[in-house]
Amino acid sequence: MPAVAPAEFPPPFDPNSVIGPPTDAPEDRIEVGVAIVGGGPAGLACANKLLQLLENEPELTEKLGEVPVAVIEKGKVAGAHLLSGANMKPSAMEELFPDLPKEEWPVYQEVTKDAVYLLTSKAALPLKPMPPNFKNHGNYVTSVSKLGRFLADKAEEAGAYILSETAATKLLVEDRIVKGVRSGDRGRGKEGEELANFEPGSDVTAKATVLAEGTVGHLTYAAYDYFDMHGADPMRWELGVKEVWEVKEPLDRVIHTMGWPLRKSPRFNEFGGSFIYPMGEDKICIGLVAGLDYTDATFSVHDALQLMKTHPFIKKLIDGGKRVAWGAKTIPSGGYFSMPKRLAVPGMMVAGDAASMVNIPTLKGVHYAMHAGIYAAETIVETLKKDIDSVNFEAYDEKVRNSLIEKEIKQSRNMRQPFSKGFFMGGAIASAMTITKGAFPGGHWSQEHDSEIEMHLGKAGDTYPKADNELTFNKLDSVFLSGNATRDDAPNHVRVQTHVPREVAQTWVSMCPAQVYEIPEDQLENGATEVDVHVTASNCVQCGAITAKGGRLTLPEGGDGPLYQET
Amino acid sequence: MKICVLVKEVPDAAVQKRIDPNTMRLDRSGEKNLNPFDTHALEAAMQIKEGGAIPVEEVVAVTMGPSSAVRALHKAVALGADRSVHLTDDALAGSDVCATGYALAKVLESESPDLVLLGQQSDDGECYTIGAVVADHLKMPSLTQVIQIDVADGKLRCERQAEYGYDTVEVELPAVISVGDAINEPRYPSLKAIMGAKKKPLDSKATGDVGIEAGSVGEGGSKTKVLALNPPPAKEAGEIIEDEDTNETVEKIVAWLDERKLI
Amino acid sequence: MAGILVYALHDDEGNFNKNSLGAISEAARLAGEVGGEAAALVVGDVADDACAGLGKYGAAKVYRAKSVPEGLAQPIVDAMAKVIGDQGFSYALFGGGLLGFEIGAGLTARLNAGVTMEVTAVKVQDGKLVVERPILQDSEIADVGYVAEPGIIIGRLNAFDINESGGSAEVVDVDVELSEWSSKAKLVQRGEQRGADVNIEDADILVGGGRGLGAKEGFELCEQLADSMGGAVAATRAVVDAGWYPYAAQIGQTGKTVAPKLYLAAGVSGAIQHKVGMQNSENILAINKDPNAPIFEFSDLGVVGDLHKIVPKLTEAIKAKKGG
Repeated sequence: MPAVAPAEFPPPFDPNSVIGPPTDAPEDRIEVGVAIVGGGPAGLACANKLLQLLENEPELTEKLGEVPVAVIEKGKVAGAHLLSGANMKPSAMEELFPDLPKEEWPVYQEVTKDAVYLLTSKAALPLKPMPPNFKNHGNYVTSVSKLGRFLADKAEEAGAYILSETAATKLLVEDRIVKGVRSGDRGRGKEGEELANFEPGSDVTAKATVLAEGTVGHLTYAAYDYFDMHGADPMRWELGVKEVWEVKEPLDRVIHTMGWPLRKSPRFNEFGGSFIYPMGEDKICIGLVAGLDYTDATFSVHDALQLMKTHPFIKKLIDGGKRVAWGAKTIPSGGYFSMPKRLAVPGMMVAGDAASMVNIPTLKGVHYAMHAGIYAAETIVETLKKDIDSVNFEAYDEKVRNSLIEKEIKQSRNMRQPFSKGFFMGGAIASAMTITKGAFPGGHWSQEHDSEIEMHLGKAGDTYPKADNELTFNKLDSVFLSGNATRDDAPNHVRVQTHVPREVAQTWVSMCPAQVYEIPEDQLENGATEVDVHVTASNCVQCGAITAKGGRLTLPEGGDGPLYQET
Repeated sequence: MKICVLVKEVPDAAVQKRIDPNTMRLDRSGEKNLNPFDTHALEAAMQIKEGGAIPVEEVVAVTMGPSSAVRALHKAVALGADRSVHLTDDALAGSDVCATGYALAKVLESESPDLVLLGQQSDDGECYTIGAVVADHLKMPSLTQVIQIDVADGKLRCERQAEYGYDTVEVELPAVISVGDAINEPRYPSLKAIMGAKKKPLDSKATGDVGIEAGSVGEGGSKTKVLALNPPPAKEAGEIIEDEDTNETVEKIVAWLDERKLI
Repeated sequence: MAGILVYALHDDEGNFNKNSLGAISEAARLAGEVGGEAAALVVGDVADDACAGLGKYGAAKVYRAKSVPEGLAQPIVDAMAKVIGDQGFSYALFGGGLLGFEIGAGLTARLNAGVTMEVTAVKVQDGKLVVERPILQDSEIADVGYVAEPGIIIGRLNAFDINESGGSAEVVDVDVELSEWSSKAKLVQRGEQRGADVNIEDADILVGGGRGLGAKEGFELCEQLADSMGGAVAATRAVVDAGWYPYAAQIGQTGKTVAPKLYLAAGVSGAIQHKVGMQNSENILAINKDPNAPIFEFSDLGVVGDLHKIVPKLTEAIKAKKGG
């Protein structure tokens, strides 16, 4: 069977093109105190903490200027591009808002019961005792898109500038010191030409820059190259597709499943599972997550989720209900070894998902992101208080290394690799690893980039159900529900080669949950070994999967993409 | 000249809108945005200001709505308005077209504009009407669904598509003009303008501040009442023809079209 | 007297607008139910015969305001307000169209009266009129009533059917004093035809082309079919994206929204992004070779077959029918 790695067809993208000195005349630049890129848990926790600390630092506040804290967010609003499970550990919220009663948190409920099942195509077998990594008692079910809006409102009330609909498209670097970011142009046409309402971006210079870009860091990854920050392993990802359902019966527990519809044979390397969480009295969310190191080019997480909903165990949870939200997002899954070797370089810090601050076995990342944002804020205030011109934020690196973030992620550092040995074998090793806090099996199992996995044309695609528009839905209907209404004549922000072997093209076609990639019908039928890839970039929900599988997601115009509301 | 632009905060186009069955009003809990048609009105105001055919001292964005509507005003000033006025009062909740038009006219009266611009419709429903309601209260000439405005000799020359084709109408000032989305391509706000938006003056006014009679607005002042909400009648399942003999198929299609008087 | 006054719009040649005639018929039907009279208001110097002829559609009386110009709303608001005030009409009814919206809205302010717009049906409950108004992209129908009289009803285009019942209306001339602000807008030119840019939003018949056309050249089939029916051509995002047809013709979420009498979809799959732009079309006819295409789920007539075979023959058949 022919097999091709997408990495053999690298995207036409030069990371250095997004790094450079400011180009606006000095008087035209927008000067801010701290520039935070990304209005997610990391960036907004940072903004909130900064303003809390600055309340007691009038002198420093003064020195930071008219705009002490600016958050640059590409979504229509903070939260518009956020998607997660999410079972959140409360530690970061408690630290950030110690006096805020939990009733006012943007959460649905506290987890009091949970369960894990192994699914076969017909049955659901409860796993008892439950593997310890799945324990969620005391955590809170939330929606990060709601959490983002909440944190943005709080930060704005405290005096932050939340600059939504603004993409940070260039990292401003002079003499190897990060000076801020440049916002993206708006009003360009398909070929990049300036339309009548063209509005150029602006240089935003800052005394400190925090990159909190989320799962696929446009500037962060360029900075990893430029400043030689890469960790021991490349970044790796899983892809999650999530739906929110209005249901008749409330769900009383948090449910995780493993097994079907992911195939257990090691040659498919389909690692992942589902999450089903209650969201108050009338809603639940249901999602499927799978590692992007799978090997069957016809595998599709979106369609596997549709298939999973036809399982009697899942179906009865949502029967008679209505799907009210859909979204997709990658999750960094490289863990400890993918974390950058340095989290701070002169003038800049990185926080959250883009720095691989995710504990995959426990499916936790939101609170790590927030803790990291808080550490960045503390570092900035401590540093600039001593010397407003200092660019040395290495204390941040130290804070993270000595915190629960690094400690917990390190414990599960080899968790992903055993699963490439097949599900049951992997499960046994993983359990042992959890119990021994990562000491077993020890060492460092090397990982390759997801795009280096050789892909073959398998049969996963044949098993997916046709959408019935009640229980199962196609990709385009789902994109519609995400609120994505991107301008059709915007420049294409997805970098891929457009004439590639069928295996690679099919990988993109099937993988993408938003139907961005298509192979022309005649080439599909005539069996050509190399095919064209047609890209409909305006469907893109910016999940980031293409960056994992041989392409590169860059930033579209600010404000484009989905408008997630409770994913 | 002073231009007032009426703007409205509406549920974002991406939101699946629904009616709250208890109040029979639109559930406005989801994501909100500046009504897209109003951005065309703002752009029209800016083009008049920048066009120079008539000196424009001030462009003022005016809205009526709950506290969240401040965000719509911030967007409006980021797009070029010099300042904004926010009519907000619990007494206004539930106002119908008649009551809303009256309230907006009162707040506009307090600004004495030479030109009032607004979008011809709002994404959340009340179509094409508010401009003409406001105009009659203000005793100003008005035109709706305008797709071209030229200023000459202190008058406006407007074009629009009416029942029989394109009409050209000359309107004296002061006037109320609602615009369609074909009139222009709204600009994007610059980052500087977005950051400066919160610093531009924003007047918040209650009904009493502009002489609105409490009994004439809100649910009590409204002249219409939603009595019931029903799902639309279910559409009959369509007929399907498999094309086996194309001549026969075409015959069937023609008969179907004919039956519905479509030929 | 629970009378209903209808504004009857006419063109420069004195021909009445079909939406106005539909509104008169509807008013006559409703007046019959509530025990009142349907009347029409005509502005300008329209001949007696023409005015009296409105009786054929159900108007008992026609009020004619000779000195009031046709074509702009505000002078007609003055006329409507005067007749409603003098004669005590309980409702004003407008067929669809721009002027009806403007006059109805102006009357709302003038009479401090309730108004409903985009009305698709009117019914009688307890001797009062209650309107049906589709809301939220027609996903729900609101029944709306009036707290007080008069009530103003503005119909959606083509909402009311014309009903010819015979009869002749009594013509009553009225003097109307125009408001000071009513004469501050002047019609410089009316009804200019700009044929070059066909506005697909206004077309009664649209032929929508999708990827199933196979190539740019496939649009020639659509154009010929549209020509034969006196319609215009629309397109899906995918084909506009591919450069087969201009963006101005794009229907859907990021294009235009249309509701023609007939939407004939040729090779259109019917994805939701397209559906939201045309789902309110009165009649949907789809031709597609894929029997699983979503468009068949919401079309009134679905033809499973090769459009390249069917469309040319259909064009010929329609031409033949029209010719004969």
